[in-house]
Amino acid sequence: MLKWIHPFLEDNVPDIYPAADSPRPAPATPLNPRRRGLIIGASDGLGAELARRLAREGYSLALIARRKDKLESLCSEINAKGQTALPYVHDVSNYDEVPNLLPRIVADLGGLDVAVFMAGVNYPPGGMDKYNFENDRRMIEINLIGAMAWLHPIAEMFQSAGAGQIVGIGSVAGDRGRVGNPGYNTSKAALATYLEALRNRLTRHGVNVLTVKPGFLKTEMLKAAQGATPFAIEPSKAAEDILKAMKRRKQQIYTASIWRWIMLAIQHTPSFIFRRLSF
Amino acid sequence: MSLPLSSFTHLENFGHSLHSPSYRIQIKNAENIYETFRLARKHGLTVTARGTGLSYNDASLNGGGIVLDMTGMNQILEWDPASGLVRCESGVTLEQLWQRVEPDGWWPPVVSGTMKTTLGGCLSANIHGKNNFKMGPIGEHVVEFTAALPTGALVTCTPKKNADLFYAMISGLGMLGVFVTVTLKMKRIHSGLIEVDAWHVKNLKHQLDSLLEHAPDHDYIVGWLDTTAKGKSLGRGQIHASRNLKEGEDPNARHTMQIENQHLPDRLFGVMPKSLLHYFMNPFLNNLGVWSINTAKYITALRDHTFRQSHAEFHFLLDYVPDWERSFGRGGLIQYQSFLPKQTAESAWREMLELSHRRGTPSYLGVTKRHRPDKFLLTHGVDGFSLAMDFKVTDGNRAKLRELLQEFDQIVLNAGGRFYFAKNSETSAESARRFLGDETIAKFKKLKKRCDPNGLLESDLYRRIFK
Repeated sequence: MLKWIHPFLEDNVPDIYPAADSPRPAPATPLNPRRRGLIIGASDGLGAELARRLAREGYSLALIARRKDKLESLCSEINAKGQTALPYVHDVSNYDEVPNLLPRIVADLGGLDVAVFMAGVNYPPGGMDKYNFENDRRMIEINLIGAMAWLHPIAEMFQSAGAGQIVGIGSVAGDRGRVGNPGYNTSKAALATYLEALRNRLTRHGVNVLTVKPGFLKTEMLKAAQGATPFAIEPSKAAEDILKAMKRRKQQIYTASIWRWIMLAIQHTPSFIFRRLSF
Repeated sequence: MSLPLSSFTHLENFGHSLHSPSYRIQIKNAENIYETFRLARKHGLTVTARGTGLSYNDASLNGGGIVLDMTGMNQILEWDPASGLVRCESGVTLEQLWQRVEPDGWWPPVVSGTMKTTLGGCLSANIHGKNNFKMGPIGEHVVEFTAALPTGALVTCTPKKNADLFYAMISGLGMLGVFVTVTLKMKRIHSGLIEVDAWHVKNLKHQLDSLLEHAPDHDYIVGWLDTTAKGKSLGRGQIHASRNLKEGEDPNARHTMQIENQHLPDRLFGVMPKSLLHYFMNPFLNNLGVWSINTAKYITALRDHTFRQSHAEFHFLLDYVPDWERSFGRGGLIQYQSFLPKQTAESAWREMLELSHRRGTPSYLGVTKRHRPDKFLLTHGVDGFSLAMDFKVTDGNRAKLRELLQEFDQIVLNAGGRFYFAKNSETSAESARRFLGDETIAKFKKLKKRCDPNGLLESDLYRRIFK
């Protein structure tokens, strides 16, 4: 009865079609609108706090992290409150996975309005005279190239849609090259420049790009930091600041906000002084 | 073919109350549809077809998935002025269609309130017009259609051939296949004008009695209902009933049927472009402003009269003020339309109107029509009436409206009513099951399995109702 003009089912199309039983947030309706957010690097610390905060705001979330157990427990914590968070285990340095994983996430969420690139590692070399190429390469691979792997396609999608918001987590450490951790400084400085370039490309298309520069946060990464950690704040406070900045569609924030003034001073410290400092 | 990220688009419903980002792929021919099916399978994505995107809800949206933009498949392939048969690609709009056939003395048998809808969309929703009580939905005038199935098949359906698919794909919300061509039988007319009787009705009972009593001696009938009137005047409004002119009644028939005599005026009082009008309407779209507009309209409606106007003017009220839906502001609008048997309609709608007043969330516009049942699988037809109510959506009233519409659903379902899938945006799967019945849903799902074994075709509406 039916005329077959394409032998579809004989094709070697990879059948990645469990979409039917993958979890999906309730469909958005005019009276129950949903924004859809993706957080890359969400298993703990600031990422987890921001996820909790956005879920409470009514976002349907997709959360990406490397550590499956932590990710799943965060998702079940959020889902238990009647909010929506879907887990995706992924190592940001596996760039080849992005072209398949991103459309899959966008499909599961039913769209995408906000993307937050949060993934980052910090491996201090352990002294002013120590160098570790492997560690530095890893930091660039995750903090910078990972961001490009994810935010390139997302920028393209948002630009075409003429809407959306990208949030990147830089660091005060990216504002100046310092003796303590050249690799980390470089990765965060480059990320800030990359985000600025995206902003300049995308603002004219109605897309906001927010660069967040946290100072010290009371997270696991703090334990790795050397020396004093002034003005350290709870990640929940930083998440609150980020949410506020997202709502106001700001371009850049420091959190805690005092870092704005500290970094202003540091950025303007002349090199002949700065290169003699041991921080 | 890889997934073009630059096709990512924020699509909306007609009322601008939903925003759904998806990949929009332009379709030019049937081959493109199959290519896109393959692309979707490769990426694990779902697909839905979209015409001009004029449904009030999520029928043509597929958040995060692929949306086929069918507006490029818009050729009228064959038109035979002798028989009135016209074969079109599915992206042809009613506007293209009537402009093609009217000069030859024909008119589409069933049209929507806007002429911008595509035939594919009209068939998917199985639209009705103000003549539903007489002519049924558009599906009853389809002679044949072809559709692309996700299995790779191109299927041809008529009321006799593949009849099960014919009656399910029309009304099937585009979830069984994608319409490629449609053959329709047009209706003979003997003038470009239509004779309209307009009279006022004092309350809901009077309104419904009028529709019931006067439908048989007219070709079209529609009521405006003042949704803000309370007490004894609840349900008051105005009826417009019209009939096609008979041969000889219009001495200038050849002239009046020319499309240049059918255009809607594009200026108000001949001066102000109507495309600006929606900006001026916005300040009135609040409870007080709407009450005054409705009241003023009722007062002007008190003068009962008969007049002649063009078909386009009579049918396409929604096109009268371009972008009028934008005047509802940022939150957009939704429509709640219920179809009730003639025995229960009055009491149910009385209850609903009173409830909307008590809650402080009155509807801003009400429209009534007369209907009859039909044979299509996901039918909304009843032997009774429909009442469509427009609501403005704001950040402040969403929760209140949600609760109100849930109560409406219960009232309608308890009164044996039905819903229309091109309109209501909040109907739950459970409500749909109650009016469609388990047997109908099982039948639909069985056909879905046959036509679309991998579940490729999905819209936001499908996920809301059937998953």
